[in-house]
Amino acid sequence: MRSTVWLDIVIAVAAMAVLLLLPLVFPGKAFSDFMIRLSAFAIFATSLNLLVGYTGLVSFGHGLFYGLGAYSFALMMQKLGTSIPVAFVATVGVSAVVATVVGAICIRLKEIYFSFLTLAFQMLLHSIIIAWTPLTGGDQGLTGGVPRPPFLGIRLDDPQHLYIFCCAVLVVSLFIMWHLVRSPFGYTMRMIRDNPRRAEFLGVHVWRVRLLAFVVAGVFGSVGGLLMSLFVSSAYPDFAYWTVSGEAVFMILMGGISVFFGPLVGAVMLLLLNDVVTRVTEHYSLMLGIIILCFALGLRKGLLGFVLWAWARRRATAN
Amino acid sequence: MDPQALLTCLSTASCVITQTTGGLISGMLLFLVAAGLSLIFGTLKVVNFMHGSLYMLGAYFAYTLYTATGSFTIAVVGSAIGVGLFGLVFERLFMSRVYNTDVLMQLLVCYGFILILDDAVKIIWGAEFLSMGMPAAFQRPPIMIAGGILPVYYLFLIGVTLGVALLLGLLLTRTRVGKIVRAAAVNPTMTAALGINTALVFGGVFALGGLLAGLSGALAAPVRSMVAGMGFSILIESFIVTVIGGMGSIGGALVGALLIGLVRSFGTIGFPLFTEGVMFLFMTLVLITKPSGLFGKEQ
Repeated sequence: MRSTVWLDIVIAVAAMAVLLLLPLVFPGKAFSDFMIRLSAFAIFATSLNLLVGYTGLVSFGHGLFYGLGAYSFALMMQKLGTSIPVAFVATVGVSAVVATVVGAICIRLKEIYFSFLTLAFQMLLHSIIIAWTPLTGGDQGLTGGVPRPPFLGIRLDDPQHLYIFCCAVLVVSLFIMWHLVRSPFGYTMRMIRDNPRRAEFLGVHVWRVRLLAFVVAGVFGSVGGLLMSLFVSSAYPDFAYWTVSGEAVFMILMGGISVFFGPLVGAVMLLLLNDVVTRVTEHYSLMLGIIILCFALGLRKGLLGFVLWAWARRRATAN
Repeated sequence: MDPQALLTCLSTASCVITQTTGGLISGMLLFLVAAGLSLIFGTLKVVNFMHGSLYMLGAYFAYTLYTATGSFTIAVVGSAIGVGLFGLVFERLFMSRVYNTDVLMQLLVCYGFILILDDAVKIIWGAEFLSMGMPAAFQRPPIMIAGGILPVYYLFLIGVTLGVALLLGLLLTRTRVGKIVRAAAVNPTMTAALGINTALVFGGVFALGGLLAGLSGALAAPVRSMVAGMGFSILIESFIVTVIGGMGSIGGALVGALLIGLVRSFGTIGFPLFTEGVMFLFMTLVLITKPSGLFGKEQ
């Protein structure tokens, strides 16, 4: 066990090194912007998959935390003038508290009703953001920009520093979540997904595990929103709209629900698709709709899931 | 927030009546969509997330039929049947393939269709707002009640919808067809074992749900402007309605729809920015206290 932790750390450091070198290969601003958006969405989608793919809790309202992370971080920076690390930690704290309360209410409900209630909570936040104009700027979003004072020599108003910061947050977040799903706790999550009653009989506190999973997912979901608010230097009501949750669900399903890195691959795919299709045709939603149908009816394992499955099968037949 | 304006409105009869009639027709249109959604969920146990798009199709079909034939009756009946057939084809070709997968796949198929239909509408009918105009038969001065306005068309719309609600209730509770639908909802395997073609029942229920949505869209055409993506807000609202009323309960859908219709119409005066918020607040409270909805059966 211990040796695999070291191996993972080596892999994470290597991944970080590759991310640092990538701008040398792709110098433009388009690339670093893409990677920053990717880091926000990849963390967000992966955190949702902790619930959907690993614990069997199909949340339709994960965007609650995306919006919450973006707004609480941006508001703290703007109104209180805190430093970035303090606001970062405080945002995580706020999200953890909200996730505990919302999660405790939601996970009592079964299946589709759980999904509905999470969606209702998310849309409630969206409505509050729209209605509380003096604080949030209403449907115009936060105006005036998010200040990004330097800390520890890191200047996040410099695009290069922001790129490195976002990549680092991405790698660290994925590293923590990866270890969570491989820990005994992660196996308990999967056991509950597959058969909650059996888990109960074996003495697992199903309720407690589900709640903890919900809180962890919520916290990382808010980190995704936080990165996005850093990038756009604002926060918009759309961040809390249900479409954000929907996009994360597509990313998960496109990449592969049963693979840890599926949502990451899905995020790359959906963002690329966004950029490419809007450039090629004005019938963006027609194209996206057809692609989504192909995945739903033909490629249910997702791209990464399918590749890994095909690879495993080839190896099995070769032996 | 403007509670003062709401109080002023509530204290004058004309404003109360105007807002109530407005709320009633929103509620009635919403009921037709929500009833279909609820019926499909109650029987097939799937949430048809593209139900709002069927409403949109109904409105556009009615627009085309009305401009082609000049008859509002043909427009309404034709578009309801057309959308019903569309629902049947969608169910047989696509939805029936994802019944036994998890809810995410159903969501995905429906979302794919929402996107495709929105773009298809833009390609066929254009991206601009369309307005059908009031049919000649209803171009009369509105009925005035204590200074409040009640357009004649509203009266017609409320009458038709209540009639449909009654017919639907009778169909489900008093006829052999209704019995079969309810049996298939409770235990499809057993129903099939008794020699009933459940695929036909499921397709039929989906077609009926589509027909109701199409009817709603067609009836909305004279009083709402049409645009691609118009199905979206009605989807969200009918979603709230079915959850509040109880998934699978037609009576619940009626009560929930009227409630949401009135919240919307009085909310635009008292709390225009938080109207949707109040709806979601209702939904949250109902889900917390009674997840199966006000009129739903306990699971």
